[in-house]
Amino acid sequence: MKEFKYVITDPVGIHARPAGLLVKEAKNFKSTATFIKGDKSAKATSLMKLMGMGIVQGDEVTVRVEGEDEETCAAAIEKFLKENF
Amino acid sequence: MQVFQGIKIVNGIAIGKIKIYKTPVYEINEGAPADVDAELAKFESARVKVQEQQNALYDKEMKDGHKDTAGIFEAHALMLDDDDLIDSCKEIISDGHTAEFAVRDGFEAAAEMFRNMDDPYFQARSADVIDLKNSMLDVLFGNDTESLQGTEPAILVAEDMAPSETVKLDKSLLLGLVTRQGSSNSHTAILARSMNLPTLIQCKDIADDWDGKFAILDGYNACIYIEPEQKIIDELSAKQAEDRKKEAELQQLKGKTSVTKDGQKVRVYANIGGPKDINAVIENDAEGVGLFRSEFVYLNSKTDPTEDEQFEAYKKVLEALAPRLVIIRTCDIGADKTIDYMNLDKEDNPALGFRAIRICLKRPEFFKRQLRALLRASAFGNLGIMFPMIISRWEVESCKKLLEECRKELEYEGVKVGKYEIGIMIETPAAALCADDLAPEVDFFSLGTNDLTQYTCAIDRQSANLEDFADTHHPAVLRLIRETIEAGHRHNTWVGICGELGADPTLTEEFLKMGVDELSVNPKSVLPLRGNIRNADLSEFRKKQAQESQAQDSNQQVPGFWGRLFK
Repeated sequence: MKEFKYVITDPVGIHARPAGLLVKEAKNFKSTATFIKGDKSAKATSLMKLMGMGIVQGDEVTVRVEGEDEETCAAAIEKFLKENF
Repeated sequence: MQVFQGIKIVNGIAIGKIKIYKTPVYEINEGAPADVDAELAKFESARVKVQEQQNALYDKEMKDGHKDTAGIFEAHALMLDDDDLIDSCKEIISDGHTAEFAVRDGFEAAAEMFRNMDDPYFQARSADVIDLKNSMLDVLFGNDTESLQGTEPAILVAEDMAPSETVKLDKSLLLGLVTRQGSSNSHTAILARSMNLPTLIQCKDIADDWDGKFAILDGYNACIYIEPEQKIIDELSAKQAEDRKKEAELQQLKGKTSVTKDGQKVRVYANIGGPKDINAVIENDAEGVGLFRSEFVYLNSKTDPTEDEQFEAYKKVLEALAPRLVIIRTCDIGADKTIDYMNLDKEDNPALGFRAIRICLKRPEFFKRQLRALLRASAFGNLGIMFPMIISRWEVESCKKLLEECRKELEYEGVKVGKYEIGIMIETPAAALCADDLAPEVDFFSLGTNDLTQYTCAIDRQSANLEDFADTHHPAVLRLIRETIEAGHRHNTWVGICGELGADPTLTEEFLKMGVDELSVNPKSVLPLRGNIRNADLSEFRKKQAQESQAQDSNQQVPGFWGRLFK
């Protein structure tokens, strides 16, 4: 299992379009990536649930990745977050 | 004649016939379907069809160069791939309901989730889900949605507009828009702003019998006149013609230099509050950013923002606007803004209290996080670093010492640091009067006229009781501005103005005479200001000035033009 934390800097938070692209990215991997904020969590492949977490600027999210390609998957998601959120 | 009020999104006047835009009412079969598998198949084929539509809308918007709205449809297409949404609809069908029943309830539940969220941005996303629901129902019912707009130019009046509806509209037939619902975050508002279309939202009185009637939408006064009387027609038609002329003139100014008739150049920059304003800078053709308020990174955060967070935000702006100069003002927080994590004491007089550079110099670890982030970002564009609320030279020296420490640390860590300019705000009378002492320390000065006026006149700018005493053109303030510019120039320090006075058209010529190097204003004022500059002609003034200085013995204390003016 791989885990990392990221603080959202985008002024609108995890919003529709980039969230959609994040889902696309997450679907490229066999591993399951989960976003966790407080007591809420959502799979990175579920757009509605991800948006439903209401992640806004300044929130810290934990991303947990489990599966056979977790190393590359975690790295790809972290890179995506840095570039888009 | 009748008049109705709403909330305006865009100023401007629209004149024409009203067309009521009605979304169809769906008659949903509440009974059980004969064949559940057939309903599942219907649902799936509608889903694929709508997804294709959304992708087509995405392509159309990209082709038209509307990246923002294109993104909406890209997100829509992805929402239609959402497993949770699809599964919940399929479950409803399997429980013995029609495909349209499942779409209504399944999508409605998802919209409800967004509606109940705290953040206005996410709340507004319920409209996206409702839009998808309606598109699904249109496909399931075989509705034709193309002909709703009519074929004549008209002011459209609707309950609310969904994104797919707004995009399908023929923009050449769209004079204005009035909706009963909508918020300033809604798609209607986004569309209206991007098209600069006169628009009212929250107009509670819209009625079906307006259809076909002649009307005038007055964006300035946030109202719509139904069957207006001749006097109103004449008045507002003239206003509309004037607006069009002005707008055409402003558009002409894009790409032009900000130079007076006699050849004096001034840089016209924009003031911004965060990465969200990048587009406004580009669209209004600002030559740089004279004031980027870094407060947003502090105010929008629940915890003290990390160096990385700040770096990303600064980098975003610098990269997007390169090679323009972007001046970022360091933390200007004070005790009047409550930020829990800063643990600031309550003060009786926050304007004169522990704020801005005073906090930063007392809390060097906090300050250095921002300085490191700025230095790291400097590698990605053209950066100016500006310190606020300076009164003494030692403060500038301390800031520069800390900045130098950070630079050395980063160099030691092997992190790339680019070139940058260093400047200070001149917003206290102390700084203006000591400008000669401060100038050798910095590359530029930026006059913050709002605070400078407040501190010079001892007038709280928020206080309504003081309106009769407040004079934004107070000679004392103008004199401090002039002397600051002159002091800067004696030491090769360039001087800009980033306060509200910079955008005041009645002062443009005065500032030009003083020799200001840069004026930084809100993005919308950039082009009008450029127009003012290009209309100014200082050749007479310069001639007189030259004669005077010739007549003046260099050792004699004869007051020059400004001395006389302010005596």
